[in-house]
Amino acid sequence: MPKTKFEPSIISRPVYGELKPKNGKSHLLIADVEGAQAILDLAKKAPTGFFNQAHIIYIPRHTGETYLAKLQKLNAKQHYVGPSFGAAQQRIQRVLSDAHNGLQIYLAGSEGLIGQAMREAIGLGFPHQAIQTEHRGSKARRMQCVHCKGVTEDVSTDPFECSHCGLSLFVRDHYSRRLAAFQGVCVDAEDPGNVPDKMEIT
Amino acid sequence: MAGAAKISVKVIDVVEVNELVKRFKFERTDGGLMPTFSGGAHTVVEMNDQGTRRLNPYSLMSSPTDRSAYTISVRRDDEGRGGSLYLHNHVKPGMEMTISNPVNLFSLDLRARKHIFFAGGIGITPFLSQIKQLSAANNGHFELHYAVRTASLGSYADELLEHFPNNVDVYHDDKDQQIPLDKLLEGQPLGTHIYVCGPKGMINWILSGARKAGWPEQALHYEEFLAPEPGKAFDVELAVTGKTIHVKEQQSLLEAIEAAGVDAPYLCRGGACGMCETQVIRSEGDFIHNDHWLTDEEHASGEKIMPCVSRFDGKSLVLDR
Ligand code: FES
Repeated sequence: MPKTKFEPSIISRPVYGELKPKNGKSHLLIADVEGAQAILDLAKKAPTGFFNQAHIIYIPRHTGETYLAKLQKLNAKQHYVGPSFGAAQQRIQRVLSDAHNGLQIYLAGSEGLIGQAMREAIGLGFPHQAIQTEHRGSKARRMQCVHCKGVTEDVSTDPFECSHCGLSLFVRDHYSRRLAAFQGVCVDAEDPGNVPDKMEIT
Repeated sequence: MAGAAKISVKVIDVVEVNELVKRFKFERTDGGLMPTFSGGAHTVVEMNDQGTRRLNPYSLMSSPTDRSAYTISVRRDDEGRGGSLYLHNHVKPGMEMTISNPVNLFSLDLRARKHIFFAGGIGITPFLSQIKQLSAANNGHFELHYAVRTASLGSYADELLEHFPNNVDVYHDDKDQQIPLDKLLEGQPLGTHIYVCGPKGMINWILSGARKAGWPEQALHYEEFLAPEPGKAFDVELAVTGKTIHVKEQQSLLEAIEAAGVDAPYLCRGGACGMCETQVIRSEGDFIHNDHWLTDEEHASGEKIMPCVSRFDGKSLVLDR
């Protein structure tokens, strides 16, 4: 059962499952924040030898040291811990472009991490349906302003202000896999200044 | 009218490719341009074979950028029900015929980083248009692995080798050459897609090899047009139109429905597209399912049948048609 519950929504809205070990020649596991726990849970179900062929890329952010020792104990063939997705991005790109079919991909943690890592894989022609995902932790979203095209990370309220152009944006469930972002649309275009109260995204 | 829109064409060329395969070229009778298509598409050719109407799907092998004519290659099937024999023996340049607008159930996934084509025998035809599409747009990294019975039966193998010496490998059955599948599945860049067209055994062998090696299901594409298999004659009641029809040994259920004047939906007539799916209202007997469309559970349920390729053997069958 998925650990995070989302309200059922439009088809565009990504849905997440639960990571399960799949048969493959090698395994790439990318996680941020509480997504580490999804890898630890997967490890309980994994056949012996699974992590001999595994590469873990982990971005702890606010969880700090919480999961580091436990992840380390999995003894993955390669293990990288980085401060941000941006810092890990080049490594992810290189790993994917050197990889061969037969690799299994597992993504866990925030929607921003899952979406951005997935974008790198599907950009190479890897089918998005074949990527396993599990959401953990905060429901904050990566939002693209449809007006100025700027991206605001970790949006946790609806509406919110675009960090680039300052417009008040309504948080839509309309998602773009290509941009790895939800779409934010001006909330007071018809009636400037009439901005509804901010609500926590749930 | 069921099926894709029709095009009236004239046969402008018939060429013997080898002892089993002939190539046919069609132009519009009105002199206009053919509809555009994408590599892997097929057309359904209508034939009036001594009073029997036959509609068979054939992959378009010409370049998708060439709208002046369509070209197909047909392998003669001496044991089959006659569509290919009719084309081989009766269709001559100058003849007028009807073909359908192109339909593509086997298109390239252009997001792929690389395409690997596996062809067996006449299964080469969809790849000919796909390769033309990829080379015209210069957007495709591809490899073709082509298994043929003998060198002389390897339709278009020489041209392919000549034009794409670095992309094409041909394997001859009579010299015991086998596609080195396990080796080919290894070391392919992430984002590679596989396409298979050939006999059923070959399709299953390649797909199961790829699955075992952990390839994503969505990167595996295949096409096999099934010719409707002849079988025991049977009777069917059509509940909507109130007709009772008799399906002859050499006739498909779909053809019998059409012969009774009932306009039933279809597209590929080869068990692949799903268009002809029909609900069973009642049945007493056994279904002979031959399609690639319904799931195993649907086959077992006895609630659905694909009349283009599947048959029935038993006391009574009532269809929602
Ligand atoms: S017409 Fe395509 S499956 Fe029957």
